[in-house]
Amino acid sequence: MPVAHKGLCYEWTEQSCTCTESTLSEIAISVEGLSKHYKVPEREAGLKASAASLFKRKHRLVKAVEDISFTISPGEVVGFLGPNGAGKTTTLKMLSGLLHPSGGAVSVLGYVPLKREPAFLQQIALVMGNRNQLNWDLPALDSFDLYRAIYNVPQADFIKTRDAFIELLDVGELARKPVRNLSLGERMKMEIIGSLLHTPRVLYLDEPTIGLDVTMQRRIRKFIAGYNQRHGATVLLTSHYMADVEALCKRVIVIHHGHILYDGGLAGLVESFSAYKTIGVTVAESDGIDFAGYGEVVGRDGGKVMLRVPKAETTRIAARLLTDLPVADLTIEDPPIDDVIEHVFATKSPEVEG
Amino acid sequence: MRRYFNFYSTVMKQAIIEQFQYRAANYFYMIGMIAEPVIYLVVWQTVARAQPGGEVGGYTPAAFAAYYIVWTLVRNMNIVFTPYGWEERIRHGGLSADLLRPIHPLHWDVAFFAGWKVVIIVLWLPLAAFLAWVFKPDLHPTLLQVVVFFFAIWGAYLIRTMLLTVLGMITFWTTRVSAIFELYFAIELILSGRLVPMTLMPPWVQSLAGYLPFQWTFYFPIEALVGDLPTAALLTGLGMQVFWSAFGILLVNVIWKYAIRQYSAVGN
Repeated sequence: MPVAHKGLCYEWTEQSCTCTESTLSEIAISVEGLSKHYKVPEREAGLKASAASLFKRKHRLVKAVEDISFTISPGEVVGFLGPNGAGKTTTLKMLSGLLHPSGGAVSVLGYVPLKREPAFLQQIALVMGNRNQLNWDLPALDSFDLYRAIYNVPQADFIKTRDAFIELLDVGELARKPVRNLSLGERMKMEIIGSLLHTPRVLYLDEPTIGLDVTMQRRIRKFIAGYNQRHGATVLLTSHYMADVEALCKRVIVIHHGHILYDGGLAGLVESFSAYKTIGVTVAESDGIDFAGYGEVVGRDGGKVMLRVPKAETTRIAARLLTDLPVADLTIEDPPIDDVIEHVFATKSPEVEG
Repeated sequence: MRRYFNFYSTVMKQAIIEQFQYRAANYFYMIGMIAEPVIYLVVWQTVARAQPGGEVGGYTPAAFAAYYIVWTLVRNMNIVFTPYGWEERIRHGGLSADLLRPIHPLHWDVAFFAGWKVVIIVLWLPLAAFLAWVFKPDLHPTLLQVVVFFFAIWGAYLIRTMLLTVLGMITFWTTRVSAIFELYFAIELILSGRLVPMTLMPPWVQSLAGYLPFQWTFYFPIEALVGDLPTAALLTGLGMQVFWSAFGILLVNVIWKYAIRQYSAVGN
């Protein structure tokens, strides 16, 4: 399994995201052999099982996270991927100090998160897409003022940061309306602004774009990228929307059943886990041609036919197509990242070691 | 220190804005709450009038009126972040967000409800005037009594905040705590002076109440204003409030230390 990019730092520029070797020896987040086990009671449905559980309670040990290790350099934006229940949120909670690990060691900015020292909390933020932290009855501006007081941000810095964020997300008018009158997307913008007013050096984003429309998702992605660029913040992002990950992260950590399946570049993920490639072939006259003989037909777009073929067979099948047919155009592509991720989650068993 | 002053003033200011926004709801709530003391008052006034001397345990009908009208303000000062709020906060994981802030969550509770009290006091004044017009209380406090009363209602607020925080934190260990809360409120009703002035209680109840904090949250603030406590008793009362507040804060901190490990270990 490729464990690339350790000690590397991503530098974000307006047009592209480039990866360069960092000279920084500092590590923002270090996780070593981290585990979290829960003991959960369980019983069958029904009165009989209920009565039995009064005398003998059955428990099951759930290994939500099992022996995971990784490091993240300052300024890196890392996508944390996995299906529901994979252990992503549990890990984020351990990294922010909300959960007590069952084993292993965690260090964030040199602090042990579990101690929840004010100096540590002052430098982190956890944004959960499904949680509302703003005062429902007051305009977001009032909640922002509360955050200023909580984080003891000097007034001048607070106003400068707040106004800059408000302008970037274009929410000047909305910030004056009671939060209860805002739409989900508008509220999420406010939540993100509120979470960043103390300019945290480490930012955990748990599904920040959940339930939002495409335009709003794009806006929030752009804002997060901009924040990372301007403040050099380390960002750990979980999302089920691959567009979030593709736009923001060059490095991804894939977690499944509490184990790390992959830690490396986004492109490498496709390379490692995709058993197929997609050949797009355009022929002058496609009527009467049986494309099924070359691969699985997964789509047609005008004269272009999309074929899914085993990765190892790609070159041979492409050569056959060029020989057999009057090909006007031929492309070979990796499958969409969504398909790859789905494939990974569907096939890897719990026993797979990270 | 300056940081906390800044935090408290900001949160209190927001609570005032928010609660004035809901002034009608607050008012209806306060009016609804008057039913309880008015029932006590009417019953005790009737009993007092039926006595040969026209009083019960030194309380004339007008003295009862003073007691139960001041009761309405003290009762409102006694409303703090409830154990049910703690239950909600712990079961639904809202505490997680609070724990990620570099300031103890209890500060928010104290500051927010303190701001709310400012609104309550303002709204209470016309209500008290109306009740005074109807029930004609006998109330002639000295300046010292007024000053002690002012501090005593805030002392009561602080003690009760700590007590209910301790109660609420039981939720860290078990989530079915409503029955415990109800039992607590029943004991408090009898031993605080909320049901009747403590001097009308049997001696053994008064003696038991002497070892507990409840009467310093209810009976003492009321008596400080309406009774004829000597200066020494007034100052001792404030001293007892300081003691119980300090004890409550200590208890909250000790329990919090263990409770939060529980929360961290299980997670929400």
